[in-house]
This record gives sequence, C-alpha cells and structure tokens, in this order.
Amino acid sequence: MIGSEIPALIPITYILFAVLIPLIGLWKREIVWQLSLLGSGIATFFSAWGFLHLIQTGETIRYYFGGWTPPVGIEFVYDGLAAFMVLVINTIAFLVLIHSKQISKVEFPGKKMPYYTIAMLMMLGFNGMVLTGDLFNLYVFLEISSLSSYALIAIGDKRAPLASFRYLIIGTVGGSLYLLGVGFLYTVTGTLNIIDMHAMLPQVIGHSSVIAALVLMVVGVGVKAALFPLHGWLPDSYTFASSSSSALIAPIGTKVAAYILFRVVLFLFGVELIDDQLPVTTIIGIFAGIGILYGSVMAIAQSEMKKMLAYSSVSQIGYIIMGISLANPFGFIGAVLHILNHALMKALLFLVSGSLRLKEGHSLITKFNNSYRKKYPWTMAAFTTAAISMVGLPPLAGFFSKWYLALGTIENSNWILLAVILISSLLNAVYFFRILEKVYLNDPDDVSMEDTDTIENNEVGFTMMFPMAVMAIGLLLVGIFNAYIVNVIFTMFPAGF
Amino acid sequence: MELTYVPLYAVLVSLVAVPFILLSSKKPNLREFWTILAGVIKFLLVLTLLPSALQGNVIELQLIEIAPNLPLILKADTFGVFFALIASGLWIFTSFYSIGYMRGHKEKKQTRYFASFAVCLSSTIGIAFSGNLLTFIIFYEMLTLATYPLVIHSESKEAIAAGRKYLSYTLTAGLLLIAAAGITYSITGTLDFVPGGIFGEADLSKSMAVVIFLLFLGGVGVKAGIMPLHSWLPSAMAAPTPVSSLLHAVAVVKSGVFGVIRVVGFIFGPDVMAQFGLNDILMILAGFTIIVASLLAFAQDNLKRRLAYSTVGHLSYIVLGVALLTETGLIGSILHISFHATMKITLFFCAGAIMVNLHKKNISDLNGIAKVMPWTMAAFTIGSMGLAGIPPVNGFVSKWYLATGALEGGMLVPVIIFVVSGLLNVGYFFPIIHRAYFKKGGPELEGHTEASPFMVVPLFGTAILSILFGLNPDLFFNFFDMASSVASTIFNSI
Amino acid sequence: MLEFFMGHYAYWFTMILLSVGLYGMLLKKNFVKKTIGLSIFQAGVILFFVSVAMKEGATVPVKADGLPVSEVSNYMNALPHTLMLTAIVVGVATLGVAYALLINIYNRYGTLNEDELIDKIQ
Repeated sequence: MIGSEIPALIPITYILFAVLIPLIGLWKREIVWQLSLLGSGIATFFSAWGFLHLIQTGETIRYYFGGWTPPVGIEFVYDGLAAFMVLVINTIAFLVLIHSKQISKVEFPGKKMPYYTIAMLMMLGFNGMVLTGDLFNLYVFLEISSLSSYALIAIGDKRAPLASFRYLIIGTVGGSLYLLGVGFLYTVTGTLNIIDMHAMLPQVIGHSSVIAALVLMVVGVGVKAALFPLHGWLPDSYTFASSSSSALIAPIGTKVAAYILFRVVLFLFGVELIDDQLPVTTIIGIFAGIGILYGSVMAIAQSEMKKMLAYSSVSQIGYIIMGISLANPFGFIGAVLHILNHALMKALLFLVSGSLRLKEGHSLITKFNNSYRKKYPWTMAAFTTAAISMVGLPPLAGFFSKWYLALGTIENSNWILLAVILISSLLNAVYFFRILEKVYLNDPDDVSMEDTDTIENNEVGFTMMFPMAVMAIGLLLVGIFNAYIVNVIFTMFPAGF
Repeated sequence: MELTYVPLYAVLVSLVAVPFILLSSKKPNLREFWTILAGVIKFLLVLTLLPSALQGNVIELQLIEIAPNLPLILKADTFGVFFALIASGLWIFTSFYSIGYMRGHKEKKQTRYFASFAVCLSSTIGIAFSGNLLTFIIFYEMLTLATYPLVIHSESKEAIAAGRKYLSYTLTAGLLLIAAAGITYSITGTLDFVPGGIFGEADLSKSMAVVIFLLFLGGVGVKAGIMPLHSWLPSAMAAPTPVSSLLHAVAVVKSGVFGVIRVVGFIFGPDVMAQFGLNDILMILAGFTIIVASLLAFAQDNLKRRLAYSTVGHLSYIVLGVALLTETGLIGSILHISFHATMKITLFFCAGAIMVNLHKKNISDLNGIAKVMPWTMAAFTIGSMGLAGIPPVNGFVSKWYLATGALEGGMLVPVIIFVVSGLLNVGYFFPIIHRAYFKKGGPELEGHTEASPFMVVPLFGTAILSILFGLNPDLFFNFFDMASSVASTIFNSI
Repeated sequence: MLEFFMGHYAYWFTMILLSVGLYGMLLKKNFVKKTIGLSIFQAGVILFFVSVAMKEGATVPVKADGLPVSEVSNYMNALPHTLMLTAIVVGVATLGVAYALLINIYNRYGTLNEDELIDKIQ
C-alpha cells in the first residue's frame, strides 16, 4: 500500500533526480529540463495522492526511517499541515520549472544541468524540512535547502554572487542559532523528536534555557523567513537572482521557514505554554506588523519590478507570521490560507517579471508603457489577476486570507494589527495599480509613443504562458472555493484550539 | 414559476454578455445589440420577481459557502427588488443613450466601455440582491473595480487623476467596510441582513456601537457621497456623461445609500440606532451635506459639476430621511432612491446631449439653446422641477414623505433643511433654464438642431416617467407599495 | 561568584567563540575574514553540543575493552557527538560554497574588501 510510504517517497524522488540529472545531463544535455519536470511532477503527484489519502482517512502517517522507532530513530510526520505544505510547494515548483525553459536559454545558457540539479536538491531540502519530525534532522534539511539556494541565487546576473554571499553569512548564522536552540532543548529534555518533546515541555517550561531556546529558534528561523528586522538579505538576493530562481525561492523558501515557525510556536511549544514566561507571540506580532508596513512602503519606492516584488514578499510574510502570533483559530486559518495564496500570487508575479525581462530585456517599471497591453495581453491579464488578489479584492484568493486574519485580530481585540492589515492593503494597491496604470493607459505626457494600434502581439510561448495561466485561474478558484480549503484547514489545528 | 434562481440569472446575464461584447468589438451594431439584449433580459427577470416582492416574500438562494457560516447568498427581498428594478430599467435607457453619445462624440475604446458597463450592472444587481454583508462587500468591491475603467475612459490627465482619487476613496471605504463587518461578525456571529437589525441581543457598549457605526458609515458613506467623503463625485465627472448619469447618479451612489439603509435598517435596526444616538450622528452629517452641497452647486459653472453637487445634496436627502427613524421618513427615502434616479438621469442625459450636439460644457455658454434643442430643455426643466420638489413631478412625492416623516418624529430642523434646500435647488437650476429659454443665443448656434434621437428619446422618456410617477407613484411597478412594505417590515419587526 | 564562572566554563567558552565569530563577521572588512568568523561561530555551537555530552568519570564514546556498554555511565553521551559530526560536515560544505562564491566575486571585481567592493558596484 503506497499510501503509507508517501512521506518517504517525496524526498526520495528528489534525491533520485538530483543524481539522475547530472548523470544523464553529462551524456545528453538537451533533456535536462524535461528530467527536472519529471522529477518535480512525480513529487507533485505523490503529494497530491498523499493529501487526498489523508483527507479521506484522516490519519497522520508517522514514517519511521529504517524501522527505528522514535525517540531512537528519526521519523517523518505526515499530518494535515505537512501534507498541505508539501502539496503547495511541489505544485509551485513544478509550474515554475515549466516556465524556466525559456529563461534558462537567456539568463544562464550552458549552465542548465547544474541549475536543475541544484533545484532538485533545494526542493529536497524544503520537502525534508516540512516533513521531518526530528529537530536536528530539520537543521540538516534546512542547511541542504539553504546551501542549494545560495548556489541557485548566485547563478544570475553580475551582482548575484555578492548578494548570495551576504545571504550565506546571514543565513548560516540563522541556522546556527537555530541549532544552538535545539541544543538547549536537548539538554533539558533529552530528546530531539518533536512529538516527544511536546509532551515533555510542560514539565520543564520554567527553566530559563527553554525560554532561551525558544528565542534562539525563533530568531534563527526568522532569518530564513525574512521576519523584520532579519530580512536584510532578501531584497538583493531576489533581485539579482535569475527570474526562475526568484520564482522558485520566493514563494517556497520563506513559506517553509514560516511553516517551521508554526511548528515551533504552535505545535512544539503549544498555545498554552507559549506566553507563560515571555510574551513571545506579542513580540513576534509587533515585528510582523512593522515588517508588513515597512515592506509595503519600501515596495512603493522601488523602480525595478523584481526589487519591488522582493519588498512585497517581506510584507506578505509579515501577514503569515502575524497570523501565527495571534495564536487563535482564525489567525491560524488566515496564515495557512495565506501560505497558499501568497505562494500562488508571488510565483505568478515573478514569472510575469521573468517573462517581461525575456521579451523586453528589462523589468524597470519606469519604462513600462502601454504597448505591453497589445504585445502581451495574456501575460498582463495574469498580472492583473495577481495584482487584484494581492490588494485583497474579492472574489480572488487574497481577499479571503486577509478576511480571516482580520477576524483573528478582532478576536484578540488587537486593533493595531487590524489597522495594519487595512493600511497595508491600501499601500499594496498603490504600487500595483501604478503598474496597471502604466500598462493599460495612455500616458498623456509621453508623446513619443507611437500609435498602439500598429503594435503586434508578441506574447510569450506556451511553456511560459501555461504556468502563469494555471496560477491565475488557481487564484480565482481558490478564492471562490476557499470554504472547502478552510474546512480542510480546520483538521490541521494544533491541540489547544 | 420557479423563482429561486431568478436573482442569480439576473446578476449573471450581463456578465455572460461580456465575452460577446468583447468579441464583437469590430461590429459596433452587434456589440450594442448584446448590451441592449442583456439589459432587457435583466429587466424582465427582475420584473418577474415583482409580484412576490409585493407580497412580502423573500426569495433566497444560497450559492456556495464562502467562509464557515458565511454563505454567498442572494436574497430577493422587497428592498432588493426595488433597487434592482430601477437600476436595470434605467440601464436600458442608458444603453440607447450611450449609443447616441459615444458615436456622436466619436469616442474611442467603446468596447471597453460597454463591457465594463455590463460588469457594473452585474455588480449593482448583485448588491441589490445581497443577502448578507459578505456578499454585499464582494459585489461592492466588484463595482469599484468595474467602474474604474469607465471613470478613466478618456485617459486624459484629468481622467486618470480622477480615477486615482476615485480608487483611493472607494478602496479605503471597502477596507473600512471589511473591518466593520469583521467586528460585527465577531459580536453577533452572523452577517445576515435582517429587518430590524442583528444587534438586538448583543452586548454592546456605547463607544463600541459608535465606532462600528462610524466604520460602516466610512464604508458606505463614500459611495453615498456623505460629506466629507464626497469629493470623488465631482472629480468623477471627468467620465463620459452616460457613465456619470447611470453610475454616478444611479448605480454607484444609489448602492451607497442602499448600503446605508441596509446598515441602518437591517444591521443595526431602529432600536439600536436610537439607543446609542447613532441617528443623531447621521442626521448631522446628512443635514450638513445637504446645505453645503446645495450652496457649492451655485458656485459651479460646469454643468456636470453643478449636477454632481446637486446629487451629493439629494443623496443626503435619502440619508437624512433614514436618520429620522420614522416609518414615513423611510418611505420618503426609499422613494427618493428611484425618483431622484429618474430625475437626475434626465438632467445628466441633457447635459451630455448638449455637449455632444453643441460642444458646450459650461452654464454660461448655454444662452438661447432652448430654441435649438427644445425637447432637451423641456426634459431638463421637468427634471429640475422635480428635484426642487415641485409637483406634478415625482420629486414632490418623495419630498413630501420626507418632510412628513420629520414632522411625525417631532423634528422641525430637518423640515427646515428640506425647505431651504428646495429653494436652493430652484436657485441653482432656474438660472440655467432662464438662460436657455430667455437669453439670446450666440451665432454658433446657427444650423444646429436637436441632438440625435438616440439621446433625445431616452432623456425625454425618463422625464415623462418622472411626471407619470409623480402623478401615480404606484404606476407600473408599485414603487410606493414596495417602499411602504420595506419601511413597515423594518419598523414592525422589533 | 567564582562557581558561576568556573562551574560553567564550557558555556563561557562557547559564548566567547560565538562572540569572536560575530565580531569577525560584522566588523572585519575582508570577506575571507568574515568567512572565518562564520566558521568560528559554527565551531562555538558545535563545542556547546559536545560539552553537553560530557559525564564525569566517563570516557569517549568509543567501545573500550573492560568497560561494558550496558553500564551507561562509562561512556559519554554519544548522540551529540554523532549529531555534531553531521554539523561539522554541514559547516565544511558551507565553507566550500562560500569560498566558491568568493572566488567568483574576486574574479569579477578584483577585490575582496567590503569598502572597495561597494565603490566598484556604484
């Protein structure tokens, strides 16, 4: 019965292809892209199967590697939240890799084989982080994904290696802090297994090292999640990486880190313990709120699209972390839903910027003009869908995650965070509608623009259009049918909700 | 006949027309045909709901559950049918008028115009038939988005700036509405529109009630043109006149006051409003708006801007009538929704006809045009009379009930406000009529005749309708019966 | 007071290493020195784990004759040691990637000094 093997099959698929791609790639260069598609496609298939299986049976799968039972062995825990995350990240990766075909020809020709190999490794890391039930194992997968992402980011334009190096320094410090936190917890509880430790923590909660561990882990993972003020690596890295790398890392990387925060704050420590000694959730909430506003304001100031999207990501991750900090059911629902929504939206937006870079050679907003409307009608339609969703207008997906987050803040009587959500939606509108204005409307000042009737359609090819279209339609469907998704999220609640 | 799905079809019919409109962009007559067909079908569908609405039946259709315990629900109650009737009926007039205007003015991007219009009407009918706040918010935001392309239609600097202003006002309003809805939901556990309100049992402190009410007011008040949230309206006159007429005198702004009445009558309820003195806040804002807007109308030379300020004033008639918290006052308010619509749309149609035919925008240029455009000016006179409250035009009827409502509540100030603003209405409309009829026109009027029949027939039609409704408010559609029915369900279900 | 320092010397040592590492990463201008700082930082964490494994009177967790394995107090806690083997490998891999990036940066800009690099980029 393959169902119970799913937790292991997903990472193994990626390992397999991470090895296959170099081997076959050295022999036959041209099929590297197809192989990466095959790998991520199989992983997506398994994720979907596992998710459906889980919804039907409702049982969490605990997969013991090598047959060693915890706490001796390492296990993968495939519960509702993990299954959902894995499905989301693998689907996005699959779609982005489809899109990458054209980009790879232009932005990193001749380096396709290493690129796809590293991409496979990175997805291995992310999937492992989501699935594992052991804290140290999480560190290992964290580093696997981080190292791969440093390499992936460095394959970009001229300024990429420097940005990547900065990210490396900050990211490794984050990982080490997380490891130190794990060490503290191990010293006090004697186990590294998440489920075990959750049972033990109430007995040792007063210990100062436990609080220190919590802080260290939150800060460490917070670096990866780009929680303000630990987000400094993000703008440069996303901007200078190749468009496909940004599209891979932005929707997935920070989300997985946010997922880890979920696990640590809500599942490992648990809602009742978390605020006993130290108002951690309040502090996280404050930083998340600042991050939301900071990201939005900085995004408005940008003239280059990728950098704008990078700051926008800082802002959006703030929403998810704010949802965690609320520690109530609506906040949880809002945060999880926003993981899905933002992954879709951001991936779509980065793909659009990648497409525009390919066709126009740049993604400078100041140079956008309304010939784009004629040249790339479908691309701009997809962009409009994503923009409207980011602002949070119904019936697209973005509205609903903001709605639940708003309900969550109201339930906690946290009016400041409610105001933050509303103000940032307006700020989002500013920087997105600015682009829409430029693309769809005649600039009355620009007399050099030729008559747009003569411009031909120069739309991107199928491999680029298909993922963008799927994501745009996905945003609409997720919005309309979000009640079904929320019903599933109800089953993922940690104990204590 | 099975009526349950009719509300859904009424909302969808113009959405379905949109792809047809887009595909027929090269064949204008076909394209306009789709618009008119959708309009007629929509109106007929709403009409079939009339009998059941008159009996006080509510047709409910739950679509999907869009959030736990919060379905997307369409409810065709009497009030909803009332609003839908006037909106869909006037759309037919506007569509014919648009043909005359857009072609006469040789406008570009007509396909975008007609397609956006269709989506707007869908949203408006959706607003009319919303069964709970969440559905209302969804269609409200859709309306905002769909009207944007219409406001910035000419893509001139002025239009784009107006569009930005419009968006910033309406998006902020949407967010305030979401906040208000969220708080309401957390207090009452529901967002349904129930006559008499849903706050009945709830534990509400005065400051909380005031805050929630102000948030709601910010949300719907922008579209309802309550000062100081009104300033997008005059700016939005940069849009083509059919847009100004239907959307900004009928659909968008009436959605706003529709929302105000839903909030006051169906979310808060007269009891809660009186309990916390919320109606006083509303009365002050509305009264202020009426007077100031009427005064500002005097200062405008641009005809459409004068009409815009007049609209702001008249919208607050409706709001003030609601704030009176008397049954008669509410009847007057609801009646004014449709009566003001027919009158104002007539006036805007005239303004557009004058612009296309004679290329005149300012009142000071309108000397002697009645000789050249007799039908247009006749209609304009009828509309102005009605707005000033002069019988037999329908404006008199709604004003009568509004004033009676104030007296019934023992409030003299609103009556004074109504009378004064009636005089001000005469004051700012009469000079226009005087100029048109009694001043000698300039040489540029030579050789011009009346505007295209596509424009004149609709505008004269709405003018005649205004008179007919004034003589018998229940004519054709039983507007008066519906208004009374709605008012009584709100006040008697306590 | 003395007990506070001497009794926890392992933790103090860890703190010192972490601080030195941070100092290197933040305040040194040369990128290679920053990387060395990173390495020291990681060494601090590793040292912490290993020090936790210590038991008084126990020997290294390598099976020795004469000391039965069942008698747990004979051997130090093996788990942190094994974990740290993994961590050391991770550290080495990180250094590898870091130096590869530095070589690339050096080839591109000709310098590895932070201030000069910022000038060159402008």
